[in-house]
Amino acid sequence: MTTRIDRRFAALKAENRPALVTFVMAGDPDLPTGQAILNALPQAGADVIELGMPFSDPMADGVAIQLGGQRALASGQTLTGVLGMVEEFRRKDETTPIVLMGYYNPIYIYGVDRFLADATQAGVDGLIVVDLPPEEDEELCLPALKAGINFIRLTTPTTDDRRLPTVLANTSGFVYYVSMTGVTGAAIKSRGAVGEAVDRIKAHTDLPVAVGFGIKTADDAADIGRHADGIVVGSVLVDAVGKSLDEGRATERTVAAVRDIVADLAQGVRRARQ
Amino acid sequence: MDGINSLRNGPDEHGRFGIYGGRFVAETLMPLILDLERHYRAAKTDPAYQAELQNLATHYTGRPSPLYFAERLTQHLGGAKVWLKREELNHTGSHKINNCLGQILLAKRMGKTRVIAETGAGQHGVATATVCAKFDLPCTIFMGATDVERQAPNVLRMKMLGAEVRPVTAGAGTLKDAMNEALRDWVTNVESTYYLIGTAAGPHPYPEMVRDFQSVIGTELKAQFQEAEGRLPDAVVACVGGGSNAIGTFHAFLDDADVALYGAEAGGHGIDVENGHAASMTGGRPGVLHGNRTYLLQDADGQILEGHSISAGLDYPGVGPEHSWLHDTQRVTYVPITDKEALEAFQLLTRTEGIIPALESAHGLAQVMKLAPTLDKDQSVVLCLSGRGDKDVESVGKYLGLLNS
Ligand SMILES: Cc1ncc(COP(=O)(O)O)c(C=O)c1O
Repeated sequence: MTTRIDRRFAALKAENRPALVTFVMAGDPDLPTGQAILNALPQAGADVIELGMPFSDPMADGVAIQLGGQRALASGQTLTGVLGMVEEFRRKDETTPIVLMGYYNPIYIYGVDRFLADATQAGVDGLIVVDLPPEEDEELCLPALKAGINFIRLTTPTTDDRRLPTVLANTSGFVYYVSMTGVTGAAIKSRGAVGEAVDRIKAHTDLPVAVGFGIKTADDAADIGRHADGIVVGSVLVDAVGKSLDEGRATERTVAAVRDIVADLAQGVRRARQ
Repeated sequence: MDGINSLRNGPDEHGRFGIYGGRFVAETLMPLILDLERHYRAAKTDPAYQAELQNLATHYTGRPSPLYFAERLTQHLGGAKVWLKREELNHTGSHKINNCLGQILLAKRMGKTRVIAETGAGQHGVATATVCAKFDLPCTIFMGATDVERQAPNVLRMKMLGAEVRPVTAGAGTLKDAMNEALRDWVTNVESTYYLIGTAAGPHPYPEMVRDFQSVIGTELKAQFQEAEGRLPDAVVACVGGGSNAIGTFHAFLDDADVALYGAEAGGHGIDVENGHAASMTGGRPGVLHGNRTYLLQDADGQILEGHSISAGLDYPGVGPEHSWLHDTQRVTYVPITDKEALEAFQLLTRTEGIIPALESAHGLAQVMKLAPTLDKDQSVVLCLSGRGDKDVESVGKYLGLLNS
């Protein structure tokens, strides 16, 4: 079964450029502005969208995304609300893949079967759930695959060659290589090591490999995008939302701030292999 | 070995106690906890490791801790005999040292060069800073900013022992937030760092490992009581934060059906007050946080609540997974104890026995105060007195001042 994600990566491969994968927090800084940001992403140049499901205890996130999640929760965001945003987005965009990213507990409480049914209905293409390693595949990964939703796994610098096949076994859509040991928003320590790691993963799988954590500028995107099939940018976008606010409220700059950075990064991925 | 029907066999190879437990961690940490498990299995059967631990327990901690018959307290309550398992007499003043010694030896074996820990009351932080001083490892302690304030004496102790104390301002600045921040540090410093979790919770193998290190409490207690009374106690009580002193006390008795087991959770302002307590089992429902599935305080959308307790060490919205399972199977009865009841218990023990208990342990004592009068005079209740109250003297004083004015 090919999914929107498969089709998008195949099309970009034909164009010989990496995908620009953008992460924003659903409902940040408030529900309507969050929707406007989401809706603006494809036009600005995002090829794949990761939509953050806010969680009270984001253990793998740095300060920028922690604050984005807090703003979304303070605005009344819920998992039902996140699915509603995807549904709204899908009224106008049938092709841009959306991957929901977050932590397991809200999904567990929503109910796995009900969540998968509603996510499929809303037009969700994939899931990244940070605290579900392969050892817990029966919780959500296997049911998701059955429901036709891609389960995208994170591989990290600590995932060695012996473990890599375990991590890749039930992965679909793409593989997300976390460029460093650390939380979201920190800086990449060694670009060379990232390239090597991508090659190492590609020796084990035919899936596209996207690299995330620590990519901030168009130059980063161009540089990392030479090797990778996609680059993921999140903290800079969420940080831009935060910086655009006036006393915690959205301003007319908020949507534009995100759009401008995405447009710039889109230039980066387009010159990656020229 | 325990039989197949024993309640002492958990966890299974997936780290589960029934549906609880597991390994819900980011991929970056997964290879680390698998490695930790391998090292722990090896250490467990290594006579040299066991001998070193035993030697430290005797000469450094001061084990065995006494089992003390609290005569005046018994008279005051007018029912069953009340006994105290005196973990507060351990070096550093609580049961936390039992676990810290076991884990620091493991960290050494694994070649780790830095230790991190989370702490609520600061007792685990102090115990960690202590073993790090002794074994010459740098350590960083994450502590919620609220707790830094209400447990100031322990913050000073940690600093004097050479630890770096990092106040965590996220959320309500309590134990849950400290644990998030410790996990963020661990995920960043995977090569060098050993995460010394302070309670029987977190991803497998921590709940099992911490339980094993704390089980010395119940094992000693059982033998001491046998020696004193020639039989088993009728009831055993412990307070439950993450659940390490409680599981360590209960584990030896799980298969003794005649021994009633009680865990005292933090009932805060009352179990009916939304977000006003930290009684995860009596007032929460199963969910996934900090690496394990367990009972959690959470809202309808699966967002974790901060909870509240007068006691920093019990102010945590979750509980170790083995307790969740013992709650479901009803082998252990978990009861909420309010702040007010704990304060009364704190004063009672101080005045009748001359022993100032930790506010955490005072929750267990409050359950004993309810239970003992309902039992016969020839029956016996044992409380795990998990820690001493020096750290709480100032904040209790403040509370009592407020209550009087
Ligand atoms: C004296 C004392 N008792 C109990 C606890 C609660 O922890 P646990 O439930 O893991 O024993 C603490 C935690 O700080 C403590 O300091």
